[in-house]
Amino acid sequence: MSYAVEVENITVKYGGIEALKNVTLKVDKGAFLGIIGPNGGGKTTLLKVILGLVEPISGQVKVFGQSLKQAADKIGYVPQISEFDRNFPISVLDVVLMARLGGKFSLFHKYSKADIAKARDILAELNLSQLADRQIGQLSGGQLQRVLIARGLAVEPEILLLDEPTANVDASSTSQIYTLLKRLNQTKTIIVVTHDMAAVSSYFDSLACLNSKLYHHGGKEIDQEITEQVFGCPVDLIAHGHPHRVFASHQAGDHND
Amino acid sequence: MIEALFNYQFMQNALLGATMASIVCGLIGTIIVEKKLVMLSGGIAHTSFGGIGLGYFLGVEPIYTAFIFIIFTSLAIARINRKLKTGSDTLIGMFWALGMALGILFIAFTPGYPPDISSYLFGDILTVRRFDVLLMIILTVAIVLAISSLFNYWKAYLFDEGFLKVLGFNSRLLENFLFVMIGLTIVILIRVVGIILVIALLTAPPATARLYTADLKKMMLLAIAFSLLFTLSGLTFSYYLDLPSGAVIIIASAIFYAASILIKGKNTAIQ
Repeated sequence: MSYAVEVENITVKYGGIEALKNVTLKVDKGAFLGIIGPNGGGKTTLLKVILGLVEPISGQVKVFGQSLKQAADKIGYVPQISEFDRNFPISVLDVVLMARLGGKFSLFHKYSKADIAKARDILAELNLSQLADRQIGQLSGGQLQRVLIARGLAVEPEILLLDEPTANVDASSTSQIYTLLKRLNQTKTIIVVTHDMAAVSSYFDSLACLNSKLYHHGGKEIDQEITEQVFGCPVDLIAHGHPHRVFASHQAGDHND
Repeated sequence: MIEALFNYQFMQNALLGATMASIVCGLIGTIIVEKKLVMLSGGIAHTSFGGIGLGYFLGVEPIYTAFIFIIFTSLAIARINRKLKTGSDTLIGMFWALGMALGILFIAFTPGYPPDISSYLFGDILTVRRFDVLLMIILTVAIVLAISSLFNYWKAYLFDEGFLKVLGFNSRLLENFLFVMIGLTIVILIRVVGIILVIALLTAPPATARLYTADLKKMMLLAIAFSLLFTLSGLTFSYYLDLPSGAVIIIASAIFYAASILIKGKNTAIQ
């Protein structure tokens, strides 16, 4: 069976410090994977390695069995909204249209009618049609987040990778976004980097726990030993709100690292 | 002044120079402001003084050596900027002063009387020569073509470089291209407002334009219009009152910008 994402023996260093150490991760097609771990544990770095935005010093990445270059049109990326200049003069529709640029430069490129129709369809699907002409600074955090998801979807990808999609949005937007992702998961593989532990129990079907090394990858029920290894802090902080669901009884068969 | 325009070539050159400068300011200035490359551009501009000094030292046209110098430093700064991401501030500062220091040294080594370098430092639009105008026109056409033919990519690059990269584009290519264009823009502007004043003309028109629009293309076009307004009104004042043109253009820009802020009553352009 081929995997959606195969990460093999990835090591990434930032100025002498190992952000990722020999990480190997295989994600099944159709999975809804959550990557969790403490801040600075390399979650975003791993995502960026899969996206080709960070060069590992060793190891290799394959997406749907292909190199990143070949698979570029199968990948939808949803970055953190905090990375954006909200004042940038661009409209919602133009943000989504970016996804339709294809992968090659062509002089005097214009978006085709089909591209624009596609972008509008996706905006409509995510209930964002009425915002299409707004400048992005006039959106709430939750709205901007959904616009970025719309852009990721406009690539028509087979896999969607999201970096902290609920970090800067309110509680109702959070559940809205995860419900949306769950629906999208029916047709796409989805990987989410998050530290929102409440989402872990209700939405993901598998988990990867990361703190420089990959400590766990498999079912979403993780035991106390793993959390202590990964987070290095008292369990109740992690289990806040959903103790007995996140920390079910120890599961055999998890391929612990 | 209208009469002078018909009768004197220096006025025609000044007008053409101001127009070309305005076009590049609108396009590249908008990019610099939106990509937060203002300080970096200031660094590139000041480094070019090294090139000007070298020109005098070697006895060749200083604009040529400044041109070569500027391309080299633009690419070097782009590279360093990429490597360091944070902390590039410090390096820009060093390039900035090092370029100036080299210029001063080259001029000190130049035999004979020290040349008058103030027109390069502060600009003098009324002494722009036919040769300068020709160079400015060629570079402006090149920049207009580069921006318009790749406009959608530039827009995407400015907004979210990472996404463009994930789509499979070589965003580094755009980045290097942009830095070279910033260098060319500065070469165009040196004769008009001078090395030291370049930054104001690159930022005031786009910042003013941003107050009136939230669309990148319109912002560029408006910035060109504002830049024309600033440079021409500066040119007029400088002609009638016999004042240094570069300084008057910059002061005119600042006044128009301040007035726009007051009129629009919002602070979106102050980032």
